[in-house]
Amino acid sequence: MIAELGNNIGSDVLLGLAQAIGAIALCAAVVLLCRLHAVRVEREAAVSLARGLVQMVLVGVILALLLHGNLLIGALILFMMTIAAAFTASRRLKGVDGALLLCFWSIAAGAGAIIAAMLATASLRPEISMLVPVGSMIIANAMNSCAQAIERFRAEILSHVGQIEAKLSLGAEPRVSVAPCLRSAVYASLLPRFDMMKSLGLVWIPGVMAGMVVSGTSPVYAGIYQFIIVAMILAASGITGLVATLLVQSRVFSPAAQLTLRPAEAEVSSRARSGALTSKH
Amino acid sequence: MTTTDSKSNAVARALSPAQIGGRRQTGVTLETRHLSRKVGPRAVVDDVSVQVFAGEILAIVGPSGAGKSSFLRLLNRLDEPTSGAILLKSEDYRSIAPQDLRRRVGMVMQTAHLFPGTVSSNIAFGPRQRGEVLTTERIESLLNRVGLPEFAERDVGYLSGGEAQRVALSRALANAPEVLLADEPTSALDEHSVRAIEELILGIVQERQMTCVIVTHNRAQALRLAGRTMVMEAGRLVAIGPTREVLHDS
Repeated sequence: MIAELGNNIGSDVLLGLAQAIGAIALCAAVVLLCRLHAVRVEREAAVSLARGLVQMVLVGVILALLLHGNLLIGALILFMMTIAAAFTASRRLKGVDGALLLCFWSIAAGAGAIIAAMLATASLRPEISMLVPVGSMIIANAMNSCAQAIERFRAEILSHVGQIEAKLSLGAEPRVSVAPCLRSAVYASLLPRFDMMKSLGLVWIPGVMAGMVVSGTSPVYAGIYQFIIVAMILAASGITGLVATLLVQSRVFSPAAQLTLRPAEAEVSSRARSGALTSKH
Repeated sequence: MTTTDSKSNAVARALSPAQIGGRRQTGVTLETRHLSRKVGPRAVVDDVSVQVFAGEILAIVGPSGAGKSSFLRLLNRLDEPTSGAILLKSEDYRSIAPQDLRRRVGMVMQTAHLFPGTVSSNIAFGPRQRGEVLTTERIESLLNRVGLPEFAERDVGYLSGGEAQRVALSRALANAPEVLLADEPTSALDEHSVRAIEELILGIVQERQMTCVIVTHNRAQALRLAGRTMVMEAGRLVAIGPTREVLHDS
């Protein structure tokens, strides 16, 4: 495997490095142009270009090694990606207990269910070279959907505290009192995915299709397969957004159906919830 | 009038039920025992013990930040006490499902917080939570009672402040509560609307023999409405008794 990898490096890397030097030269010309207009970005440009090149070379090396691994390694990679995605999304959930786990379950539910369904229906081949790139796309979109849904849901709740409590005070269940906020949050988290679907082929030709066409697959089949991928991204995002908001919903009410996420008390909600009186309901 | 000594932990019960507000009282509807709520290190309600009698209107007055609204929120169980107990007709709040409790102890807030849609959909909201469908006649009857006949199909977005607060009142009444809590329900209204809402509350409480607890920063309003008044300062109950005596002394 290492010998094969060495051969690949020998034949392709020199070409790639030459092309990278060309790209860097073009960027350097733009930096000079900026300098002529008193925009000083030399240092930023040098650091970001160096980092970008090193990171991508490393990713390439790791992928070259992993693509020869077995399916279990692929599943492990997707699992690690899900954890990383949960970390990123949970940053939007400051003040809510168990935010990391909440995001993990939401992303795992959406991405996991869809990847499993694709494998079961043979629309995704159980090969690491397919599983990891397609799976990562689905996880990345699930992560964005999770973060967007949570952020919007929190914002909706905080801006409608009066109405939510008015509903509670009339005897409504918590889920009824925040139903409009949940609808709005899930819808908002899906909007970018709907736009992605609508603009497919018109505004952009996604990477999977481009890669398949370049590697000799029929363009029509590549187009249909790309549609399947985007549709699955939409489905995974929908499940993730819904699960995330439902889990947040369960955490912003106390056992006695009191809204604990309020502007003035957002920071002390945990303490308030654990008051001396414990609900019997 | 009685000035409460919280250290003695005695229940603040200034007068016998028969004496309150010159009206015959039949028993305790609502009672708090050493009720406290802390938010962080601060006690927003601090060791408040009080009894509210059937059919009476009890006003809560005090400066801003005294804990009046916080106390009222505890009575609707929108917040959880840190310590102490609340009893509704001798039944511990914690043994009543929150949704049932909130139906029995209705609340009108400072702002109407009407839900998008028609007036009738707002009024039908509470009963709908229990699977009950309010008839058109019942909705009309509630609207007639608050002086808004033929408002049923109006969009709530086109109501004035006074009209919105009347709808909020009839929305709470649609649940047929035993106790009505009102948190400065007239603070955002003009003088004409204030008097109209006051007359409504007085009339409805008398008709239905309801118990009412109203938070107000307006002492004149407390005099017009309440047989008894309690004064709160820094989360504590500092005085309670017949409104005239309490307001004259404080």
